[in-house]
Amino acid sequence: MNAEVVAETVPEKKEFWRWQESVWIDETKDWKSAKIITCGIDVGSVSSQAVLVVDGELYGFNSMRTGSSSPDSATNALAGVMDKCGMKLEDIHYVIGTGYGRVNVPFAHKAITEIACHARGANYMGGNGVRTILDMGGQDCKAIHCDEKGKVTNFLMNDKCAAGTGRGMEVISDLMQIPIAELGARSFDVDVEPAAVSSVCVVFAKSEALGLLKAGYTKNKVIAAYCQAMAERVVSLLERIGVEEGFFITGGIAKNPGVVKRIERLLGIKAMETKVDSQIAGALGAALFGYTLMSKKAAAA
Amino acid sequence: MIANYGYKDGSGEYYISIDTDKCIGCLAERACLAACPKQMFEIITDDYDDEVAWIKKPNCRTLAYDCSECKPAGGYSSLPCITACTPGAIKHSW
Repeated sequence: MNAEVVAETVPEKKEFWRWQESVWIDETKDWKSAKIITCGIDVGSVSSQAVLVVDGELYGFNSMRTGSSSPDSATNALAGVMDKCGMKLEDIHYVIGTGYGRVNVPFAHKAITEIACHARGANYMGGNGVRTILDMGGQDCKAIHCDEKGKVTNFLMNDKCAAGTGRGMEVISDLMQIPIAELGARSFDVDVEPAAVSSVCVVFAKSEALGLLKAGYTKNKVIAAYCQAMAERVVSLLERIGVEEGFFITGGIAKNPGVVKRIERLLGIKAMETKVDSQIAGALGAALFGYTLMSKKAAAA
Repeated sequence: MIANYGYKDGSGEYYISIDTDKCIGCLAERACLAACPKQMFEIITDDYDDEVAWIKKPNCRTLAYDCSECKPAGGYSSLPCITACTPGAIKHSW
């Protein structure tokens, strides 16, 4: 068999886990007339975001997949949003790096942990009523409690295992061969709500999911069982810090109603809604920290 | 701020909580640093520019093993870090 025939017979490898990257600019604002322009760069384990804040207001963002190099990911994320609005790095007064790769953002003036940045970002997105924040990141999960100013008062992070994270959902998406954006809706398309997948570990959960398929579960039912397992897992983290009204979810999984609705059901409270992309909360918070720093400097001068 | 360092896995929940409000201007002269046999504590400047103790990153993923020697099975009646921290900023979840 020659190479050409092999290429024809091997099925195309589909990336079911691949989520939608996005660039957005607020066309109603003009950055050229702004006094302070700050940028937050969140280099996460799975996704990278660059957010531009103009005079303390969200102006634009770029959300894309993190590559193998943190500095390149940061540069590409920022280039994407700057290209969209014709801005140059010299036009930005202050850059703050956050996320796993925060110390590897080459043009950042300062690095701040993603915990403080997510709280600040959620406070902007959801208003000063936000108290409990759940960040379901690519490879970790954070439960944060904050005050009315978005200052962290209690937090915990679980980055030891991928259960309850975006990566876990990507694994299930690939296993089921269903695009990740469809998982949430499909998880509700079941006749009877199944019990949660019992395995805590993603690797074992994957094996268990395969077993359930062989036992006659439909794909939708397996997805529902996995969404329920994720919800139960993160709720146990939230309960550790104490859940208060003003519940806000950040990170990519906030876009998955299959997990969000189940978390709401378990907690008995509804998550606050926002029009802003939930994935940019960390970078947005970083940019807002930059704005506060620059404002203080300007006031002191 | 209550900072919880550690993890939850299939075997249980392992978190060390540090009340950073009690950590600022430590009245025990940072005794936790010397008290921990594994030297897991470190003083850092946090996101709000306060000097507080935290658990070193690598230890956050191995607490169940790192702290095992100081638990009752290791012959201790009370944990050295908790005893040393007279302001009461440190707690273990297990």
